[in-house]
Amino acid sequence: MDDRYNAFLTTTCKNVTHGKGKLSGIAVAVKDNISTRGIETTCASKILKGYVPPYDAHVVELLKREGAAIVGKTNMDEFGMGTTTENSAFGPTLNPCDTGRVPGGSSGGSAAAVAAGMVRMAIGTDTGGSIRCPAAFCGIVGLKPTYGRVSRFGLIAYANSLEQIGPMGRSVTDVSTLMDVIAGYDRYDSTSVNKPYNHTPQPEIQGLKIGIPREYFGPGVDPNVARVVNTAIGRIEELGATTVPCSIPSMEYALAAYYVTCTCEASSNLARFDGVRYGPATDTNKSWHAAYQEVRRAGFGTEVRRRIMLGTFALSSGYYGKYYAKAQIARENVKRDFARIFSEVDVIAGPTMPTIAFKLGEKSDPLSMYLSDILTVPVNLAGIPAISVPCGKVEGMPVGLQIMGRPFDDERVIDVAYAYEQVVT
Amino acid sequence: MVTEHEVTHIAELADVGINTGELGAFTHQFNAILEYFDILDQVRGEQAVTRDLCNVLREDVVEPSLSQEDVLRNAAHTEDGFIKAPRVM
Repeated sequence: MDDRYNAFLTTTCKNVTHGKGKLSGIAVAVKDNISTRGIETTCASKILKGYVPPYDAHVVELLKREGAAIVGKTNMDEFGMGTTTENSAFGPTLNPCDTGRVPGGSSGGSAAAVAAGMVRMAIGTDTGGSIRCPAAFCGIVGLKPTYGRVSRFGLIAYANSLEQIGPMGRSVTDVSTLMDVIAGYDRYDSTSVNKPYNHTPQPEIQGLKIGIPREYFGPGVDPNVARVVNTAIGRIEELGATTVPCSIPSMEYALAAYYVTCTCEASSNLARFDGVRYGPATDTNKSWHAAYQEVRRAGFGTEVRRRIMLGTFALSSGYYGKYYAKAQIARENVKRDFARIFSEVDVIAGPTMPTIAFKLGEKSDPLSMYLSDILTVPVNLAGIPAISVPCGKVEGMPVGLQIMGRPFDDERVIDVAYAYEQVVT
Repeated sequence: MVTEHEVTHIAELADVGINTGELGAFTHQFNAILEYFDILDQVRGEQAVTRDLCNVLREDVVEPSLSQEDVLRNAAHTEDGFIKAPRVM
């Protein structure tokens, strides 16, 4: 396989098998934070280099059961921490639309593999936008399902109250087909909800009410991106939908609430990487802390260590009330704002990302990188479904239209994206 | 504002370590991010009430699971079916 974009960390082309089912013979790529039995799984980190899971994630079992041909594991930001796939320990993935630009992150490898036509579909994960961002930057479709609809068993955890596995593809139909396969109850995930997805996309949206939050078209958003997205929303109105202006005041605190929550959860979830049960060998002659620190300093990249430390600090005595407790209140406010708006509209629309894909190396300051997640994180805080679908270009680069829906209304989100896709293709 | 000394201490608490060469830049970036988090001081509202999820914890029931061979396969140091770890004492 010619992988000029560095989309894959491991390929299994020589040994790939497939069977009968909904995905019979379809080439599917799996993000490298999802456990695949017998296939190296690294989360794009040196601390898991050489780790071969002894079991399949639940979604991987489901893919195999439906005959998918799993052709490889895709590149990502290390442990899901990033917006560009530049935080991979094994080099960045390039955007197939412009190899001088990032593909987005953290599921950049999955997005690039689909956009470049290397695979028809891919699985990604979305904690703060990590499916929707690369889908928008690479010009493909990506869905973050409602929290709980897709099992997280076998997903190597980064922030377990926020993350979801989700489908990516070149069309809404393909994304829907993949969602059909991976959604459903799993007793091995304590947050799994029994809401199977058995839906064929329908383009009928007459009478649909679409909320347009002013915060999604505010000063932080590139005016050219806003213009393209507004044009796309106009096409949806022509199909019989009406737009309703609305506001999400809690969005002002959403990004801070997200980064406090995810770093706190990460500081706990990544404590397991000690080089003892898996990972690079520790020096067992050293004392515990000396050996543990040595392995982790060498094995974790800078951004991962930064987020673990931020989370450790935010949870520490004296600071817990200021950061973590306040973040949970802010999170509840975001949920309530969405619930309030959804009592009057059916879906909410806006840009997926505030800009087009950045150039490689452009965002070197961590805080400015975090700020680009501003339009995606509210969805994860609230646990609602959201899709990104390509809606035009700025400077030759794709722009994503984001459609957000009520909890467990993933089907409607798919339908709105499908209706739009049908009129523009 | 956290000092370089405090950042070193946090790195020790989290057992992630920090190289001397990166301490200055790291502390500067750390403080910029914490300053951004200060916006949460203004947040007013109520804590979440869990509505939909229920506790699925149960009494342990032994079921077939991974083999010992599978469990030990990725461990760097093993001995007689045990995983070897650095000294705790």
